[in-house]
Amino acid sequence: MSSAANYLTVSALTRYIKRKFDADPYLRKVYVKGELSNVKYHSNGHIYFTLKDAGARIACAMFASQARALSFRAEEGMNVFVTGDISVYENAGNYQFYAKTMEPDGVGALFVAYEQLKQKLEKEGLFSPTRKQPLPPLPRHIGVITSSTGAAIRDILTTLERRFPLAKVTVIPTLVQGPGAAPAIVKAIERMNEVPDVDVLIVGRGGGSIEDLWAFNEEAVARAIVKSRVPIISAVGHETDTTIADFVADLRAPTPTAAAELAVPDQLQLLQNIRSFSDRITQQTLGKVKQSRIDLQRVKQSAVFQDASRLYRPFVEQHLRMTDQLQQTTMRTIERVGQQQERLSLRLMHVSPVERIQRAQQQIDTIRQRILYSTQQQTTAKKHQLVNRIRTLEALSPLQTLQKGFLYAEKEHGVVKTIEEIQPKDTLQLHFYDGTATVQVQSLEKGGNHGTDI
Amino acid sequence: MERTFEQAMKQLEEIVRRLEQGDVPLEESIDLYKKGMELSAECSAKLQQAEKQLVQFIDAEEEAD
Repeated sequence: MSSAANYLTVSALTRYIKRKFDADPYLRKVYVKGELSNVKYHSNGHIYFTLKDAGARIACAMFASQARALSFRAEEGMNVFVTGDISVYENAGNYQFYAKTMEPDGVGALFVAYEQLKQKLEKEGLFSPTRKQPLPPLPRHIGVITSSTGAAIRDILTTLERRFPLAKVTVIPTLVQGPGAAPAIVKAIERMNEVPDVDVLIVGRGGGSIEDLWAFNEEAVARAIVKSRVPIISAVGHETDTTIADFVADLRAPTPTAAAELAVPDQLQLLQNIRSFSDRITQQTLGKVKQSRIDLQRVKQSAVFQDASRLYRPFVEQHLRMTDQLQQTTMRTIERVGQQQERLSLRLMHVSPVERIQRAQQQIDTIRQRILYSTQQQTTAKKHQLVNRIRTLEALSPLQTLQKGFLYAEKEHGVVKTIEEIQPKDTLQLHFYDGTATVQVQSLEKGGNHGTDI
Repeated sequence: MERTFEQAMKQLEEIVRRLEQGDVPLEESIDLYKKGMELSAECSAKLQQAEKQLVQFIDAEEEAD
């Protein structure tokens, strides 16, 4: 039976193995070539990486003192020549290659393929920003294409649920690495495009080596993304991993979680926005009403509305003033016309014919008196004359003669002055001074001179 | 079509401005005054209505919260 003393401690065993490694002269200075993978630049300057070929891989480290001497940056997929030694890392219990020099040997096959496809697609314009479709601001149905295992699906679903549970989510689980991954991804994208209301797609996977991510560098996947009706957010690996899928996608997210964040708005933020809008319109409208009230008040308080009499007062005053003016003007006119009239009548008086008429009347009177007087005189004279004449006449009158016994005869034609005028049998009128006798001539006896002329 | 509050206010201000200038004929100034009082009442009514609605909405929202 073995006693406890026969057993080695882990440290002792490890030290033993380490001494074996260190003692082997072939392992003290090793020349090795391979492809770089999982390159990590540590903040202290050391580089950790894996060297590999088709059949094996070995963990490597290059300390800062040597790393500083490198003329290039170690990158994924590079084929390199490395020298160094092999030793055991006791804490981790593994052996490690401690690189002292590193030279590039062209680039790795995958890297070349990647560069070639990238250039080809870029030439076709498939990376152009103008080709990118806009994402819906509020997606209703989100399609997720990724592996059903792994952190990516969990990160995406929890982020979507947390930020925007309103959106419906459909997951098509696919292979995302290894052979068959690319066709599976293509098929998933095509199927998602057949779902009528899916309005954004997240296609991706979590971090891994360049081989792990390789499906997303395949041309078929890139073309399927370009062809997709539904806008696609790519989310492949970590922030530093950029695949062809990222170049052709409508939006590139650095991680699956970031993809979910880019796909949907944050419901809390949305609610806050709505509250803020609602507050703002309320404040705005309240302010508007308040300001309107102030405006209206100001207008209402304007003098014309406060005291409506102001409206007609000027007219009343004007009216009074006009009435006054009218009265004064009229008075003055009347006065002026009166004076004029007085002056005129005075002048009229001066030129009046009354005096002349009176004078003429007096003249007429005088004349008339004189006429009257002279006529009376004449009349009196004539009267005397007439009386005298009448007396004379009376003295001469035949009647006087008749009274002395004379008479006169008349025939039809008048006084008969001569015997010649009568014939026997004629009827004569014999006029006496006191009557008339009608006689018939019996006989005529011519001659004799009796009779007197009348 | 019914005029908006702003339109009514604008008319009202214009009427006040004209009346304050004082060169409006009497009949017209009385007409303007009448119109102004109508507009003023209309504006007040519209404001009251707006305020009432606003308070209703705010109350409704607070209840909903």
